[in-house]
Amino acid sequence: MSAQPLHFVSPAQFRGRVSEALADDGLRDNFRSAMHFLRDKRASQFPDPVETEALRDLGEAVRKHALAHLPALLEKLEANLQARGVEVHWADTPDEACAIIHRIATEAGARRVIKGKSMVSEEVELNHYLEARGVECLESDMGEYIVQLAGERPSHIVMPAIHKTKQDIARLFEQKIPGVGYTEDVDALIHTGRQVLRERFMQADIGISGVNFAIAETGTLWLVENEGNGRLSTTVPDIHIAMMGIEKVVDTLEHALPLASLLPRSATGQAATTYFNLISGPRRPGDQDGPRRMHLVLLDNGRSQAYADAQLRATLQCIRCGACMNHCPVYARVGGHAYGTTYPGPIGQILSPHLLGLEASRDLPTASSLCGACAEVCPVRIPIPSLLMRLRTEANRAPGAAVAQPLAGQGASFSLGQKLVWRFWSGIYASPGRYRLLRWAATRLRRLAPRSQMGWTQHRTPLVPAARSLHDLMKARARGRPGV
Amino acid sequence: MHAVRPPRPDQVYLFGTCLIDLFVPEAGLDAVRLLEREGLTVHYPPAQSCCGQPAFTSGNPDEARRVAAAQIALFDQPWPIVVPSGSCAGMMRHHWPTLFDDDPALQARARDVAGRVHELAGFLVEVLAVDYSAAGGEPVTVGLHTSCSARREMGTRVHGVQLLSALPGVTLDTHASESECCGFGGVFSLKHADISGAIVRDKVASLSAVCDRFVTADCGCMLNITHAAEHQGRPLRGEHIATFLRRRLEGAA
Ligand code: SF4
Repeated sequence: MSAQPLHFVSPAQFRGRVSEALADDGLRDNFRSAMHFLRDKRASQFPDPVETEALRDLGEAVRKHALAHLPALLEKLEANLQARGVEVHWADTPDEACAIIHRIATEAGARRVIKGKSMVSEEVELNHYLEARGVECLESDMGEYIVQLAGERPSHIVMPAIHKTKQDIARLFEQKIPGVGYTEDVDALIHTGRQVLRERFMQADIGISGVNFAIAETGTLWLVENEGNGRLSTTVPDIHIAMMGIEKVVDTLEHALPLASLLPRSATGQAATTYFNLISGPRRPGDQDGPRRMHLVLLDNGRSQAYADAQLRATLQCIRCGACMNHCPVYARVGGHAYGTTYPGPIGQILSPHLLGLEASRDLPTASSLCGACAEVCPVRIPIPSLLMRLRTEANRAPGAAVAQPLAGQGASFSLGQKLVWRFWSGIYASPGRYRLLRWAATRLRRLAPRSQMGWTQHRTPLVPAARSLHDLMKARARGRPGV
Repeated sequence: MHAVRPPRPDQVYLFGTCLIDLFVPEAGLDAVRLLEREGLTVHYPPAQSCCGQPAFTSGNPDEARRVAAAQIALFDQPWPIVVPSGSCAGMMRHHWPTLFDDDPALQARARDVAGRVHELAGFLVEVLAVDYSAAGGEPVTVGLHTSCSARREMGTRVHGVQLLSALPGVTLDTHASESECCGFGGVFSLKHADISGAIVRDKVASLSAVCDRFVTADCGCMLNITHAAEHQGRPLRGEHIATFLRRRLEGAA
């Protein structure tokens, strides 16, 4: 058995999948209208710009504070969780995280795992790892369940099955769940899913969940959700394993409050989620329910690379609300699967280079018009366009060039040809004499402008320079020529 | 509304931008005419070329720095620098100073220049408080497209709306997804041609649903949308806001 997690897809085939996605009009329309719906819902939750900006300031400050004290807060979190009887594990790589969980399962003789929603478990491809070793994993979040049943990966970090229509789901349930007929009635579909899941909660040996905020001061794991499956996965089975990236820690309960307000409003346009679960350790003597043992797995997987860089550290402010993808003109058209990463959309474009290296993810930082819609809605003010430009710079840098903190895959997009083109370009535009020559040639030889202009003319008519440049017109004007 | 207005200058620089220079020069000339109409003397440093944005956004800051440094040297008088393009103005105002972190002397000059940069529409509204109530022309309906960086870095949409809605006979129509990007993004339109093409296709469709003409303060977006519409055989055409304003002021449609 290979130790490497199995990748369904990889960002290396980004371009090919983009073409497929763009050719699929149905998919594009689904995504676009879903995104517009989510944009409107978010907007309805932030009616007052002054309050919104003040809350975003607070969210940003809280996250920046946590990152500025990250090592100390993680130690505090660990100590406080341990004091409450939680076993804390550290994993550098996806493989280590999976192995830790597999070991816990093996030691407990566990065969069945029920999962609440956890993007970190997607990131490490836990389901595949465990299933390949005879441990059955069932997703209990409705969206995740649908995606798992279809043998796919989530296309959105908050709404994993957003790419599916109700007809898709009706067909899927009919095919995969014994005794279920075709129905497009959404309530009936949800009811079917719930019934399957209810039984499985009772049979599960282990419940696995994600974490939205880990509060260092109190040793509390905060989980938000709407379906109640998160609460069931963390209370019914005998063992609860929570998984989180090392950046999810915040200092105090008070610090988590603005984030808990920003997250549902930004994500689904809800004032609050249906469930807030604050978990502080396993069942204590006298408790009626709750897991008998509890673990937390903390995953690095490249996050410390982002942490080490003063600018790129802002990547880790993210609270995974998904608003950036909901507002992204690229995501809305290519959909989540095209990215080939666990985290699609703008957050995926700035985070994946740390998780996977720039080599594998080199097409992601460039796949943006830098329109800034993401940064405008990001509840913790991550300057996504600036980070994309920085990643472009690192991908363009010569592979061996000495820098203080080289990123994994530095120089992945380096090409001597490209470098020379930009040198040449700057040589022209930084020199008035050479630029004059360019203007002269472009305006006088305008009829020779090529009919095919790289990517431009695939969807547009060619650009043709004007007969006289603005420089020409201004010069003529200065000489008092009439008519200009 | 604007109680504190910056002092009204009598001389300004015009930074024409490389796209206007080579592809839409009349927009630059119309910007000059609009400024002169308000009694200003306009200086056009002939050694100017480009703000460096193409290199900067594509991850080539050394080359952007080289080009920006050559421009910064051109504006030694303390006059405002008016730029008829929101995204170039944004580059000059917000990003030029960040290019020179390693060179305090140049950074100080970049800051001084950046602090004087104004996008044309914003300058007409905020600093000159222009009065266009005497403009004429046939009744016309136009759309307004604001470039994303202009909207977010320079607040240009507000100024565009203010200028256009003050013109007699001009109806401004808002289109669906108005705030969404047109898909240009400079080098993005070449590197990811298909994604860019899909975005501009939707922009052409939503603008075409309300008008045949749109006005914009950004030549990159204007060329993108207009050439995409032409490619699709649609009648939609864009016009730079300076040209549109000048023509209305002359009483033409
Ligand atoms: S980057 Fe910002 S908008 Fe995007 S998921 Fe993270 S917190 Fe939300």
